[in-house]
Amino acid sequence: MEDESFLTDDFFRQLINVGEVDILVGLPTHNNAKTIGTIVHNVRSGILGAFPRERAVIINADGGSRDGTPELVTGISIDDVRRASGVYTLRTLHAISTKYGSTPQSGVALRTILAAAELLRAKACIVVSPESEKIAPEWISNLLRPVYRDGFDLVSPTYRRHKFDGLLMTNLLYPMVRALYGLRIRESYMSEFGFSGRLGSQFLRENGWKNGTAASGAELCLTLAAINGECRICQCFLGEKDHVERRAADLVPALRQTVGALFSALESDFPKWSKVVGSHEVPTIGSEQEILLDPLRVNRKRLHQMFATGVAELESVFQAILSPATLGELHRIALLGEDEFRYPAELWVRTVYEFAAAYQKSVINRDHIIQALAPLFRGRVFTFIVENRNGSANDVANSIENLCLEFERLKPYLLEMWKSRE
Amino acid sequence: MREMIIGELTQAVHDLARGFAHYLPRLIVMLILVLAGWLIAYIVKVILRSILKLIKFDRLSEDAGASQLLNKAALPSATEMVSRFAFWVTWVGFILLGVSVLGILGLQDQIARFFLFLPRLFIAVLILFLGLLAASFFSRAALLAAVNANVPSPRVLSMAVRSIIIVFVLSIFFEELGLAEQTMLVAFGIAFGALMLGLAIAFGIGGRDLAQRFLEEKFVRDKKQQDEDELSPL
Repeated sequence: MEDESFLTDDFFRQLINVGEVDILVGLPTHNNAKTIGTIVHNVRSGILGAFPRERAVIINADGGSRDGTPELVTGISIDDVRRASGVYTLRTLHAISTKYGSTPQSGVALRTILAAAELLRAKACIVVSPESEKIAPEWISNLLRPVYRDGFDLVSPTYRRHKFDGLLMTNLLYPMVRALYGLRIRESYMSEFGFSGRLGSQFLRENGWKNGTAASGAELCLTLAAINGECRICQCFLGEKDHVERRAADLVPALRQTVGALFSALESDFPKWSKVVGSHEVPTIGSEQEILLDPLRVNRKRLHQMFATGVAELESVFQAILSPATLGELHRIALLGEDEFRYPAELWVRTVYEFAAAYQKSVINRDHIIQALAPLFRGRVFTFIVENRNGSANDVANSIENLCLEFERLKPYLLEMWKSRE
Repeated sequence: MREMIIGELTQAVHDLARGFAHYLPRLIVMLILVLAGWLIAYIVKVILRSILKLIKFDRLSEDAGASQLLNKAALPSATEMVSRFAFWVTWVGFILLGVSVLGILGLQDQIARFFLFLPRLFIAVLILFLGLLAASFFSRAALLAAVNANVPSPRVLSMAVRSIIIVFVLSIFFEELGLAEQTMLVAFGIAFGALMLGLAIAFGIGGRDLAQRFLEEKFVRDKKQQDEDELSPL
């Protein structure tokens, strides 16, 4: 059993009072008072509707909310939900909250939830994002059922998304995880997901929680652990994902949490991923993906300008990371005007692979390597938007598929760099 | 008269021979120390070079910007420089130890001072190296943060960070060596003050329009435009 010394005594007492459970719902929060009420209500409805006879608990791991979020989670009366859903059960649906720190840390939150799941011997667990108001009661049952009834170890979500939403996922994470690990998992960095108690315990023991990168990108590491552990994985279509407004400054933390965690995992997973050739589908419940085509205004000029400035200003940094050929090509395209500018898929894949190899060799500080990727990613986003501006859902899907194939085709290039760059 | 001269000469030769006989063992000891010192210094150099290669010291030095300085001055790599430095310090130490065995008056104090100076020299060089490393790290961090925040002239900001740290490190370096402490302190004060004043004037007067644009963009930018700027990456 993992060392649970990071859990507070009060939280321990609350867990002991709950006893063993069948189902655990994890809610990592930080100042989510606006949305959390609806989410908890829908979570309770989902459990009451689909699993009325199972023992269930909601675990809220809070990162120091100051808007009363934990009180909202524990304060919602089960009777309100029963009245609204019309489903009655004799089981008590517990909701307990713990504060793991004064600042939000998704890794610590997940670790707290996993430790609670292990202590309560939960058979099936899910983690739900506290930001999405669109979470419906069906999402809960859709995530739980494959684990609880069908014996899957990990349920990864798929969503209905705008074609330009989640571009880090479609232009880097999905293609790279697919090419390297051989499984076509759309959302390897998951906001909502289900997992078995077995996978949770295994991950709790094996993940490098002390390592900052592994701790911050723990959701992605869980997916990779499930792949490496040859666990049963499936995808489940949930519905439309909320569009969360982001600022330019949000890109670097997002890169750290996802790309940083992936690059970091590649090091220890090398014996596994180096042997994988090609990729295959994972079982998917419902639609694999749905793409929304509503018009969306994007400041392309700014994306292009930030790419060109980044390439010009960060030359000394790129010299340490990229090969002369790739850097030369980036310089060439950075001089092109907005109309002619394109960041081709092959060059993007080479860039990402060279960044991964540079990260492994720690040619400069690893966090600096991740930060240096941000302006280049903006260049790729610009190209993706321009190429798919008037594209149909099929066109967008084809564009992503072609990029994935490019990642798979160039995998030997990464292996070559990985082995030779000393 | 003749016997007196011969007698004196014989005495002088005897004295010389006695003096030589008196110094010969010390001379031999000195030569042994010098030769043994060379051998030990060479072994130290080889071991240090291997350790530095093992810990990829050249990459660290490249990171600190020290390699570029060495390249510009047509000097060998940082690993080679440190190894050679260790070799010469060790050997010179043994030579001075050997000389001290000869018991030459006046040299003893100088030799003792040299050995007392060694730890300070090592600490000063270490401070300089770590300082260069810190300057490189923080200037690159400033450059990356400025580029990603779309701040105008990120390279100027990065160079300013690097310059401030290097000026600060040099002042500590010279102070540790005990070279012109007062002069360095005053020079540091003047350089640091001038840098800050220069930056203030440049930002306040020279870059008034730039500052205005920057502040406007930062604080009173149209929210609508801001929303259009970025897409959710995840």
